[in-house]
Amino acid sequence: MAAVTPLLLLLLLSSAPSFSSGSRNAYNINGRVKIPQGLGTKGYALPGRMSNVKVLLNGGQNITFLRPDGYFSFHNIPAGTHLIEVSAIGYFFSPVRVDVSARNPGKVQAALTENRKGLSELVLEPLREEQYYEIREPFSIMSLLKSPMGLMVGFMLAVAFLMPKLVENMDPEEMRRAQEEMRSQGVPSLSSLLPGGAMN
Amino acid sequence: MAIRSFFLFILFFSSSLSPVFSLYEDQVGLMDWHQQYIGKVKQAVFSSQRAGRKRVVVSTEENVIASLDLRHGEIFWRHLLGADDVIDGIDIGLGKYVITLSSGGSILRSWNLPDGQMVWESSLQGPKLSKSFLLVPTNLKFDKDNVLVVFSNGRLHAISCIDGEVLWKKDFEAESFEVQQVIQPPGSDLIYVVGFAASYQFEMYQINAKNGELLKHESASFSSGFSGEVSLVSTETVVALDSTGSILLTISFQDGKISSQQTPISNLVEDSLGLAVIIPSSVSGIFAIKTDAVTVFIRVIGEGKLEVVEKTTHEIAVSDALSISEDQQAFALIQHASSEIHLTVKLAHDWDGNLLKESVKMDWQRGLVHKVFINNYIRTDRSYGFRVLIVMEDHSLLLLQQGEIVWSREDGLASIIDVTTSELPVERNGVSVAKVEHNLFEWLKGHMLKLKGTLMLASPEDMAAIQSMRLKSSEKSKMTRDHNGFRKLLIVLTRAGKLFALHTGDGRIVWSHLLRSLHKSEACQSPIGLNLYQWQVPHHHAMDENPSVLVVSRCGPSSDTPGVLSFVDTYTGKELSSLSLDHAVVQVIPLPYTDSTEQRLHLLINADKHAHLYPKTSEALSIFKREFLNIYWYSVEDQNGIIKGHALKCKCTGEVADEFCFDTRDLWSVVFPSESEKIVATVTRKLNEVVHTQAKVVADQDVMYKYISRNLLFVATVAPKGSGEIGSVTPEESWLVAYLIDTVTGRILHRVTHHGSQGPVHAVFSENWVVYHYFNLRAHRYEMSVIEIYDQSRADNKDVWKLVLGKHNLTSPISLFSRPEVITKSQSYFFTHSLKAIAVTSTAKGITSKQLLLGTIGDQVLALDKRFLDPRRTVNPTQAEKEEGIIPLTDSLPIIPQSYVTHALRVEGLRGIITVPAKLESTTLVFAHGVDLFFTQLAPSRTYDSLTEDFSYALLLITIVALVAAIFVTWRLSERKELQEKWR
Repeated sequence: MAAVTPLLLLLLLSSAPSFSSGSRNAYNINGRVKIPQGLGTKGYALPGRMSNVKVLLNGGQNITFLRPDGYFSFHNIPAGTHLIEVSAIGYFFSPVRVDVSARNPGKVQAALTENRKGLSELVLEPLREEQYYEIREPFSIMSLLKSPMGLMVGFMLAVAFLMPKLVENMDPEEMRRAQEEMRSQGVPSLSSLLPGGAMN
Repeated sequence: MAIRSFFLFILFFSSSLSPVFSLYEDQVGLMDWHQQYIGKVKQAVFSSQRAGRKRVVVSTEENVIASLDLRHGEIFWRHLLGADDVIDGIDIGLGKYVITLSSGGSILRSWNLPDGQMVWESSLQGPKLSKSFLLVPTNLKFDKDNVLVVFSNGRLHAISCIDGEVLWKKDFEAESFEVQQVIQPPGSDLIYVVGFAASYQFEMYQINAKNGELLKHESASFSSGFSGEVSLVSTETVVALDSTGSILLTISFQDGKISSQQTPISNLVEDSLGLAVIIPSSVSGIFAIKTDAVTVFIRVIGEGKLEVVEKTTHEIAVSDALSISEDQQAFALIQHASSEIHLTVKLAHDWDGNLLKESVKMDWQRGLVHKVFINNYIRTDRSYGFRVLIVMEDHSLLLLQQGEIVWSREDGLASIIDVTTSELPVERNGVSVAKVEHNLFEWLKGHMLKLKGTLMLASPEDMAAIQSMRLKSSEKSKMTRDHNGFRKLLIVLTRAGKLFALHTGDGRIVWSHLLRSLHKSEACQSPIGLNLYQWQVPHHHAMDENPSVLVVSRCGPSSDTPGVLSFVDTYTGKELSSLSLDHAVVQVIPLPYTDSTEQRLHLLINADKHAHLYPKTSEALSIFKREFLNIYWYSVEDQNGIIKGHALKCKCTGEVADEFCFDTRDLWSVVFPSESEKIVATVTRKLNEVVHTQAKVVADQDVMYKYISRNLLFVATVAPKGSGEIGSVTPEESWLVAYLIDTVTGRILHRVTHHGSQGPVHAVFSENWVVYHYFNLRAHRYEMSVIEIYDQSRADNKDVWKLVLGKHNLTSPISLFSRPEVITKSQSYFFTHSLKAIAVTSTAKGITSKQLLLGTIGDQVLALDKRFLDPRRTVNPTQAEKEEGIIPLTDSLPIIPQSYVTHALRVEGLRGIITVPAKLESTTLVFAHGVDLFFTQLAPSRTYDSLTEDFSYALLLITIVALVAAIFVTWRLSERKELQEKWR
């Protein structure tokens, strides 16, 4: 991770060819993994260590590791179409389809399989950071009120204080009628429900 | 309507598409545990750095290279190399680089010793295959740069230690030349390469280490030929055995001249020894030969004269030499004596004088000492002290110092072969009252702290107290059964033949047992463990019995060697009994029947296709006879591409009357054409899986019936060309065919071809669906497909009127000859990662919705809701379908980071994922194993049947208090109001 700053991908395209031919019909694939430093520094301290990054060819047929500057290489790879995956805790990398051509060695053919974006050079960057944990919401009154118990208390308060207000705003005539109705139906008032309420 | 409301109820719990498994960072370690291992150590190199922490660098048979803390045995860093990238040698260069040679000597890597960062990597090619050697000479300099000498693939390389550049190389192309040793005498600029040519010629090459120039080449023929390894006894003398294994050849090549001496072993040791082998050792002047019973140490004196210094019948292990001063070499020797091991450290030139003699008590469950590595340190009184690292038969690693075991690592757990679970004992005594009262105060205090935590009032110390309180909750690591079924024992069988019982609460080892039956013996040369089965699971009656497991193993790598059965009590770890069978074990079929003591009946199929019934009791036999005609099984011959169905025929018609042996007959066979199809995967449903309902209610009140059969087999075949790696075939010449086969009738119920696809195929079968993962060559992406199979024959039964009028076909006889009316639905999706393993969650009653557990190439386990793999997904689901929980179709499956079961951890070298239902319906226990172990609890539809761990009881209490207070306040208010009313 020596001095890797969040660079634009375009700036990197001018470096050396990323494919070099080996002997006979075996080739080397050289590439680079770049983890921009802007990522990984926030959140938990776990990711960002280059030594724990693995680069896998064809589902684990070959496994290699990164050099301190992020470069990696696979040796003695036959011509054909291959798949490179990067395993790094904390980052999501798209697998890369790499065509190693037997006819014109040195020809670069690489594409991200997730979004079919072509790469003119084998520089792999994470598509996004992976956050494995839920973020705990900071304590707020709203969250307490939204919880079932908060709603319960809220509803009760609403009933206790708003209902009398509603009753007040009613027409006195109607009110009386309603009270009479209630009495005739024998609906007990709140005070008579409670112990000691009957003493009145 | 009831069904619908039930559905909505389930939906309420599972409808949110946000990850169902999600964890807050402070919940790590609450329900999960993670253990890191390295495997059986092959080679160890001690770091000689004076400053800093003492380290030892090891390479293991699991292909791990790791740096361990010498004081505590903890891992500083660790790398798992690829499966084909086997480590051949390790060493430390310049005191700060770890050098590894791997892949048959073709890849050389250098790692930074303090942090494990790879520094450089070189690929070494050569003309032909050969043994490989890695030498790190300390005094060979090349402009201030240390030089590494590597012999691999028939080529000698000198490599710069700083950047891995090849300084020079020299080929040894002679066709028949087989290198045996590469020697770099300290203090000289010479390299000797010695070896055999055409199996009777001894060849010696002397090479200038500065530039690779060949200085001398000598050869001498030995008519008697050579066998086995050679041992280096000094920088210019080697000892070899002739082809008969009875004559020792001492060959010296001093000053480039080859001279030799022959000594028959019988001259040295009177009694005949049988075939001897040389034990490779690097101690100068001394070598050892070993026969079946005896190990003999022989010293070379002067001109090839040999002298026996010690003869022992004990099991013995010798370390490599350790130079402690200019001309002195020490080595460690370990001998076994009943319950102790004797460690002696000797000087190479003085056999009888011991530098150190110690006895250490050793648990016999660890077996024999396999390897010894010695290291010295300088005591405060300036004398030499020694510490040795020993590798035991059970793959554990121990550090001995001053007659004590300083630390030990159970690295056998890095190579688990099979896993099963066992219940813990039931709690017998009630909890004492005093304990509860004491706990009540603690409980309240704990909850007050927690409340402070939620209200963000807690100080950092309080937070730490909360965290530690949560982690070490004694509840989860108790040794008794719990109400929710979270506490269990994981019984694991390792490659070393050791059984471990791990507690699911905290992952500690409850007991471990090195199986006697898996010990090497006369009758059983190289026993290997195969599988674990639950032999006895007591419940209902037979409650007093302890549960036990059956360990099936066999005496050799080929499948026709006789088998061995052992029965182990899972509470105590005692081996109850073991049986050496007179027949092989090709297949073990646990039958769904148990006898009166809850012992499960097992059918063992041998190589001649005879079936043997176990346990061999008359009761088991009578149960078995009753079910004789209902037992079917199948076998897969993947080499020939044949799947066969079998049934029982009659008693064995052998000369010996054995009433527990049965002849079998072939019922059917499916033969795949070998030129176009090759079997790559076969999967069935788990035997103990529970399905809650056969009916599946779909949108608009319709019902579909799942085709649930225990006898369904999923088979995947690929084109023979496409069975290799990705990139080796073009899409046109590769295809993958998936089959669903009924294993009783052999009928192919479904067949689908994926053109342009290839393996590897990972599949999982559950209920009426199968999900498989493969590679699509055209899109060059991985794909996952789902096949669901539904029973159509009962589709008409939905009509209530038909049921009432008795026109249903529920009672109509089911015949094997009629084709089952099934329909299948399938769909495919892209998936980003390669897979290593796949599993599905399983719960006690099968009500909870399922999640797929995908072991990805990055050694993480991802939980993916089964609803993403529903063939009824469409791009625009209707309102009814949305209500049912159908997710709009997308071309690829989502990867939500929060649904990684392993969160920010890696299960290095992941091999398998096991799910076990807990008693609580919502919860399933997940155990993932590889080089690391990981365990957690999962609730695929959230814990709808219990309060979550972070449920705040204090908040509940406060609410209740607040409500009661409010009641009184309002009562007062209402009273006052009533009074006012009366006054008016």
